[in-house]
Amino acid sequence: MSEMRVLMQGNEAVAEGAIAAGVRFYAGYPITPSSEIAEIMAKRMPQVGGTFMQMEDEIASIMAIVGASMAGKKVLTATSGPGFSLMQEGLGYACMVEAPIVILDSMRYGPSTGMATKVSQMDLMQTRWGTHGDHWVIVLSPASVEESYQLTMRAVNLAEKYRNPVIVLSDETISHLREPIDTSIPKAVVDRRLPTEKAGYLPYKTDETLVPTIANVGTGFRTSFTGLVHGESGFQTANGHVAEALVERLRDKLFNNLDDIIQFETDRVEDADILFMSFGITARGVSEAVESLRSHGRKAGSLRFVTLFPFDDDRVRKAAGNARTIVVPELNSGQLVLLVKRVFGDSRKVVPMNKINGDLISPQEILSFIREENL
Amino acid sequence: MRPDFLRSERLPNIWCPGCGNGIVLHALLEAIDQLQLDPDKVVLVSGIGCSSRAPAYTAFDNVHTLHGRAIPVATGIKLANPDLTVIVVTGDGDGSAIGGNHLIHAARRDVDITVVVFNNYNYGMTGGQASPLTPSTSITTTTPNGNLDRPFDLVKLAAGAGATYAARSGIYFTRHLIDHLKKAITHDGFSLVDAVAQCPTYFGRFNKKGSAGQMVTSQKDWMVLKSVAEKRTPEELVGKIIIGEFVNIERRTPASAGAPKEQA
Amino acid sequence: MPEKKTFKITHNRNWCKNCGICVAVCPKKVYEIDRNDRHAIINPQDCIGCQMCVEHCPDFALTVEEVKNE
Ligand SMILES: Cc1ncc(C[n+]2csc(CCOP(=O)(O)OP(=O)(O)O)c2C)c(N)n1
Ligand code: SF4
Ligand code: SF4
Ligand code: SF4
Ligand SMILES: [Mg+2]
Repeated sequence: MSEMRVLMQGNEAVAEGAIAAGVRFYAGYPITPSSEIAEIMAKRMPQVGGTFMQMEDEIASIMAIVGASMAGKKVLTATSGPGFSLMQEGLGYACMVEAPIVILDSMRYGPSTGMATKVSQMDLMQTRWGTHGDHWVIVLSPASVEESYQLTMRAVNLAEKYRNPVIVLSDETISHLREPIDTSIPKAVVDRRLPTEKAGYLPYKTDETLVPTIANVGTGFRTSFTGLVHGESGFQTANGHVAEALVERLRDKLFNNLDDIIQFETDRVEDADILFMSFGITARGVSEAVESLRSHGRKAGSLRFVTLFPFDDDRVRKAAGNARTIVVPELNSGQLVLLVKRVFGDSRKVVPMNKINGDLISPQEILSFIREENL
Repeated sequence: MRPDFLRSERLPNIWCPGCGNGIVLHALLEAIDQLQLDPDKVVLVSGIGCSSRAPAYTAFDNVHTLHGRAIPVATGIKLANPDLTVIVVTGDGDGSAIGGNHLIHAARRDVDITVVVFNNYNYGMTGGQASPLTPSTSITTTTPNGNLDRPFDLVKLAAGAGATYAARSGIYFTRHLIDHLKKAITHDGFSLVDAVAQCPTYFGRFNKKGSAGQMVTSQKDWMVLKSVAEKRTPEELVGKIIIGEFVNIERRTPASAGAPKEQA
Repeated sequence: MPEKKTFKITHNRNWCKNCGICVAVCPKKVYEIDRNDRHAIINPQDCIGCQMCVEHCPDFALTVEEVKNE
């Protein structure tokens, strides 16, 4: 297919990527810097035969997309920190009932109302640990407008495939950035598997994939959904063995498929003696810094987390090469670095680099950091 | 009532002896039966509470959601598949406290769902605390000296928020209840039925309402049909709960509400 | 003279919780809660088939059907 380059804003790319992946139901509540997604969806959903709902709050938004998902739609909601906080109970519910949903969180400065128009990467750990109880989500992190399009598509596909919430973790800068993107990229679309046999139907019975084939409501299978611990029948139980098996399966259905889910982008890791580990918008500054360091003869490399969660220590270790120094720049007080330290312990020098004033980390700042810290 | 509407393998239910939830559920199943709805196209959605366990005893698609969140889930289901009859089962706490915001907005939007409030005047599941529907001066575990607050009148609240159908009934008056459930379910637009039931274990015991049987039959004494109440003086109605249909108006499309027809 | 209708009451012991609601709502004193606090059918012959007990049993434990003698 020939290239089709279109100028788009990050938020628009999310909306169009979602539509390309088959999203036909959007429910949301306006919040900077994600509001354009709701505005675009309000216009686009009716055009593609979908439904747009402006809900009364973010709790209603996530619950409405869970309901629409149960009824068979591919669904999206978009928000930012304060709204994402309100969605947490619903996120855990979607994990428990295994409803495919996609949430776009465009990070702004927090905590609380923070600075609504300023960028941060302060929600990283909230994507992983925001809701109570042991649970697992997939978190993807775009670093460009084009990748916002691609990863939103991928998020919808992964949600359907694994019947699990997927979070696209963007930020204020990418949301509002305008860049040309290629929309002719192949659009592989994945649909959830559905049961065929009514006789003996057990919604939460799984095969070797560990992903249940739950019927869409209204199709005659008469499913019971509950956020209570449930066995294969979908009915509540207080049996500890069933509970253990359920929570293990929720983990294993993702962790048995890490090759499919986890993506890193690496740059000259092989011979690097100093390696940057970053995600999202920060990786763009890193990329230029690596270029500059290399041009001055320094063996620098980069690993960018396209998939942030599941986070697999072994894969990170393998992808990291032999660099003795690992620098972790991020727009928070140190979240990704906790994971990196967990992977490497004392075997490498892991150095946090944090910026929390609402601005981006520039390549120059990275270079002077390296100089000042004698790295 | 069609026995195959119940998942008999899941009975007996978890409710206390004499709990009113089973009576409301029975009436709801009877209403669905009498309306001859296709059981494959009925979805019951509930929140959290004793009452919210009701849908899982039915043989329909059923969704037990989070505390207070049944209405947005039901909204999502209904908009995703308008062919379905979507009925919300909620408690007085679930529907009017934690879920109160969703209730008024669903009423305002006039989404075509039916909300059945299993109203036992307290939080049964957590041990009999006060709810927004607990009458003033009543004793609950969180109002040991009597409730100082005034309760919502749920029917008026729904009506004020724009519900196009709102009714109240009580579990003693089963035929009345079934009748109004049927009207609510067939109503095109948002409908609410405040179904007054008993929690003998907490509200009944704390407020000396007698046995479960007495709690059921005493509804005759403190409930008044709307048609009768209209002929009574305010003094005669002190302490009485009026049952019947309070709102039944045609669904308002944006056009009939005066919004511009064409929005390019 | 029209024959008096007769009704068959079925009571599901496994579902009944002996709450006494059927006793309270039956107009014909067909049931009682006995000395052992158990639901008992004492005057089945007096049943008029009004369904009050069926509709008010919270545990779906009762059915009352007319017996058709041909
Ligand atoms: C977010 C949240 N807060 C609190 C609870 C605890 N909780 C469970 S049920 C309930 C109240 C139920 O009362 P009501 O809705 O009247 O139902 P009932 O049990 O009386 O039928 C509460 C507070 C919860 N499950 N979730
Ligand atoms: S606590 Fe009250 S509402 Fe809950 S099951 Fe018992 S009687 Fe019913
Ligand atoms: S009303 Fe039902 S549960 Fe209660 S005693 Fe009678 S048969 Fe048993
Ligand atoms: S049908 Fe009526 S008369 Fe017969 S047992 Fe039941 S309540 Fe009593
Ligand atoms: Mg209650």
